[in-house]
Amino acid sequence: MSELTDLTMADALAGLAKGAFSARELTEAHIRAVEAARPLNAFITETPERALEMAAASDERWRKGEAGAMEGLPIAIKDLFCTEGVLTTAGSHILDGFKPPYESTVTANLWRAGAVMLGKTNMDEFAMGSSNMTSYYGGVENPWRRKGDNRPLVPGGSSGGSAAAVAARIALGATGTDTGGSIRQPAAFCGIVGLKPTYGRCSRWGIVAFASSLDQAGPMTRTVRDAAIMLGAMAGHDPKDSTSVNRPVPDYTAALTGDVRGLRIGIPKEYRVDGMPAEIEALWARGIDWLKAAGAETVEISLPHTKYALPTYYIIAPAEASSNLARYDGVRYGLRVPGESLDEMYEETRAAGFGAEVKRRVLIGTYVLSAGYYDAYYLKAQRIRSLILRDFTDAFERVDAILTPSTPSAAFPTGEKMDDPVAMYLNDVFTVPVNLAGLPGISVPAGLSEEGLPLGLQVIGRAFDEETVLKVGEVLETAAAFTARPER
Amino acid sequence: MSLDKSAVAHIAALARIKVPESDLEPLARELSNILGWIEQLNEVDTTGVEPMTSVVRMELARRPDVVTDGNCRDKILANAPEVAQGFFAVPKVVE
Repeated sequence: MSELTDLTMADALAGLAKGAFSARELTEAHIRAVEAARPLNAFITETPERALEMAAASDERWRKGEAGAMEGLPIAIKDLFCTEGVLTTAGSHILDGFKPPYESTVTANLWRAGAVMLGKTNMDEFAMGSSNMTSYYGGVENPWRRKGDNRPLVPGGSSGGSAAAVAARIALGATGTDTGGSIRQPAAFCGIVGLKPTYGRCSRWGIVAFASSLDQAGPMTRTVRDAAIMLGAMAGHDPKDSTSVNRPVPDYTAALTGDVRGLRIGIPKEYRVDGMPAEIEALWARGIDWLKAAGAETVEISLPHTKYALPTYYIIAPAEASSNLARYDGVRYGLRVPGESLDEMYEETRAAGFGAEVKRRVLIGTYVLSAGYYDAYYLKAQRIRSLILRDFTDAFERVDAILTPSTPSAAFPTGEKMDDPVAMYLNDVFTVPVNLAGLPGISVPAGLSEEGLPLGLQVIGRAFDEETVLKVGEVLETAAAFTARPER
Repeated sequence: MSLDKSAVAHIAALARIKVPESDLEPLARELSNILGWIEQLNEVDTTGVEPMTSVVRMELARRPDVVTDGNCRDKILANAPEVAQGFFAVPKVVE
């Protein structure tokens, strides 16, 4: 029954409700798919026994009429979410053997809704990367290939394993986290939907911290409707996260009316960056036409500080990371490399446990926070962050949502851009401003590049207006009629 | 702003990451490149702009000052590389 792995979440729920198949059958089909797709290296840990136990419990709840919003749906969890008793690595050597004695709030919410865990997905180390190549567990292969070119491509990152798993039909959906684009960029590279919610919408409790003022968990799925279903299960107030916002979680699927008539969509002129490939421009223009044809009005807007978002991010995110990652000291969990003194043990452990990109960012962060440089770098970046937020606040006086490309290119071959950190950082030029402003953003597959690779369009919304983001996203999805599939 | 070898050694010591002498030079170049790219922020006039310290404008929630967790010593120690008599064990710090 390999076709069970082709279902959307919405269709799988309908099938389960009708009794067309059981959660156990659906889960078994996915476990087989996970095994068959091992060459992609999408998973760090597979949990088939737990999946079968959870599926059996789901079948029981379907029988009793107690099914939750995701009852019986097999999903994958980015290895940044703490899962009780299940290895959680954050893609890093320094968390060797770490089995959390607690469950993250987001995953606990998903299990309460009835979702089934297939395993933990590969990712860039501590979510720092845009290619999945910084993982201690090796890169992930994008299930897509260029036409007539057999070179393996990156899935994007940092949620690369999650994106590859959903695109390759080995999970119905997956969790991701997005600090500067880590849900939306891999979603665009793998031809799936990725939603970064408003900062505060999903609890960060139990998610390994990278940059706490930017990190946000969200769904990665094959359709916008599935993203709405999954976000509804993930979101909610959590007293254990002081930045989690106490406001009701709406029924996000109710927002998918298909009706965008009269909506005003902003087109930011600063996103026409130098050297942007013509096919990205063309895709963006098609997106504008689709929304106009659906009755929305497009308005040119200006977000004047856009070009400063990336360098601002590369002060703020490393600063927060250097502080968050101070906890990895070889004392309480994970790797320990012995040393003659306590300090030497710290230094040896962190030298062996962190990879090159993580070290780079911890060092940059330590530097910009150090005495004498704090004002020039960190405070300056915090001030520019205020200006970036103000750009968006001003724009949202005039428009209801903003349309941009998700990424400046399609997926690139494994190994490219590895020797030039700044070139790698430029992958996130369209996604980073959204994190700095704390806003919701979605990437929707909208077409193929000349090389036959998926490209995404991004919709950005007002804070806590995921509903408009999803509504506009679904209209783009319908117009794009993206039916292409990866070969692998 | 470009960093030299001794600056990198100082930052690495602050960050408690051992960096071999031979890596200092290439790392100094790499970090200087990134910092050079970041310098473009100096073009922006931020006079009178408040630093953004919170993404979501909200008052921090209060709760009664009571114990909400605890009595889980073994869970806390379960992942420790070295444990002695119910404590985390580290190399000797006091002679």
